Amino acid sequence: MQAAAAAMAISTPRSIPILGAHELVGQRAGFALFEPVSFDLHAGQLLWLEGDNGVGKTTLLRGLLGLSLLKFTGLNFQGQPLPAARAQMQQQSRWLSHQSTLKSVLSVSQNWQFWAALYHAGPIDAAELASSLGLDGLETQPIASLSAGQKKRAQLALLRFGNPALWLLDEPFANLDQSGIKLVEQLICQHLDLGGAALSTSHGVLGTGSALASRASALKLRPAKLLPTNELAND
Amino acid sequence: MTNPSSQPHFAKRWLQLLFTALKHELRQRLRQPSQLLHPIGFAVLVALLFGFAVGPQPEKLSLVAPAALFIALLLANFLSMELLFASDFEDGTLDALAASGRELVPLLYGKALAFWLAQGLSLLLALPLLMILLKLSAALAPTLIFTFVMVSLGLSFLGLIGSALTVRLRAGAMLLMLLILPQAVPLLIFSLGAINAAQLGESNAAPLLYLSAITLALFVLAPLAAKGVLSQEIND
Repeated sequence: MQAAAAAMAISTPRSIPILGAHELVGQRAGFALFEPVSFDLHAGQLLWLEGDNGVGKTTLLRGLLGLSLLKFTGLNFQGQPLPAARAQMQQQSRWLSHQSTLKSVLSVSQNWQFWAALYHAGPIDAAELASSLGLDGLETQPIASLSAGQKKRAQLALLRFGNPALWLLDEPFANLDQSGIKLVEQLICQHLDLGGAALSTSHGVLGTGSALASRASALKLRPAKLLPTNELAND
Repeated sequence: MTNPSSQPHFAKRWLQLLFTALKHELRQRLRQPSQLLHPIGFAVLVALLFGFAVGPQPEKLSLVAPAALFIALLLANFLSMELLFASDFEDGTLDALAASGRELVPLLYGKALAFWLAQGLSLLLALPLLMILLKLSAALAPTLIFTFVMVSLGLSFLGLIGSALTVRLRAGAMLLMLLILPQAVPLLIFSLGAINAAQLGESNAAPLLYLSAITLALFVLAPLAAKGVLSQEIND
């Protein structure tokens, strides 16, 4: 898996940001959630989304994927403006949500096979993939028999199927132990090395000594004053 | 980044998605045999109750037997229908599929066809027992099999719309019945028309053609409707 991934490095020209956002606002029930944010996310960069519970971090990620409404004055994916480039962005993005997306009655490898086929990832070596995620010998076990942390590890495999350019990570460290957190950091590092970018929500789990610290920047979401979004630009 | 090999031709891509979903769904259904067997038991019980309710006179039973058989199968088919999207909604698969940038329609076809293959055809296994219980003549078997295959296919696609509409509701099963059963009336009428004609030894080509036409229309239109409903449900 690692060799195959390395062979297919992600090729967005360095000068164009993978994701460029201008005055982005998430909304719920017609009201803006947070103050407009703007950022450029280039290949090899990681952006931490910070903010209090309920400020709209998950809503922002869902909005980027087209699952909830976002307002913006400009949003570009690999230089293409959204919403026209929505399908391209969806295909080139992978979302690690707080829901597992894995079927509890099926085995780990059967679940992987489905998502690998959906993302056009080609055949997978389940045993090797499992051991690379610290799930040695568990690939034939049903998801229902795994712990929450093991499920999360199984879910991490989906991020790399089909070599997406952008990772949208919602609380990637939830439920994971110390070695699991290291694993996520390592996976993000490899993804950035391959020319990918990542946008992640976090509550500041990372230590300063982390391998990611030097490549990451943070973006703080601040709650908006109650402002009906029809006074903002349309998407 | 757009690798040409990762974007196969339209028809090939659709078939790929359809079979991917079909395989995933069938695997799940076959892993839970009780969900396939309970509706069979339910259908057999309903048929038995009809038999007891009508009483011992065979001529009376032969009048209501086809109707009893079809209603038993129809209700049994609804038992597991709520599960069409329930687990996908619970575990986030529905959101992830909508966010994957792949076409939803072939995935929905795969889902409905898997439900039909697993549930509809496993109910067909109960048909001989039901026919014995209701004293239906073996000569009716081809008509019964054909009509039930058509009806269960039509129901699977109707169920796609109904399950999409009730996906967010905790107690969706009852509402699903109320929504979908009225839509199943034409399927029921033409099936019984065909069976009654066969019982009387008349030609039943007309009701069978109407039945097939309705099923075909559902086959073509229901996934599009379900996709429309689901995009509304997901986009909160």
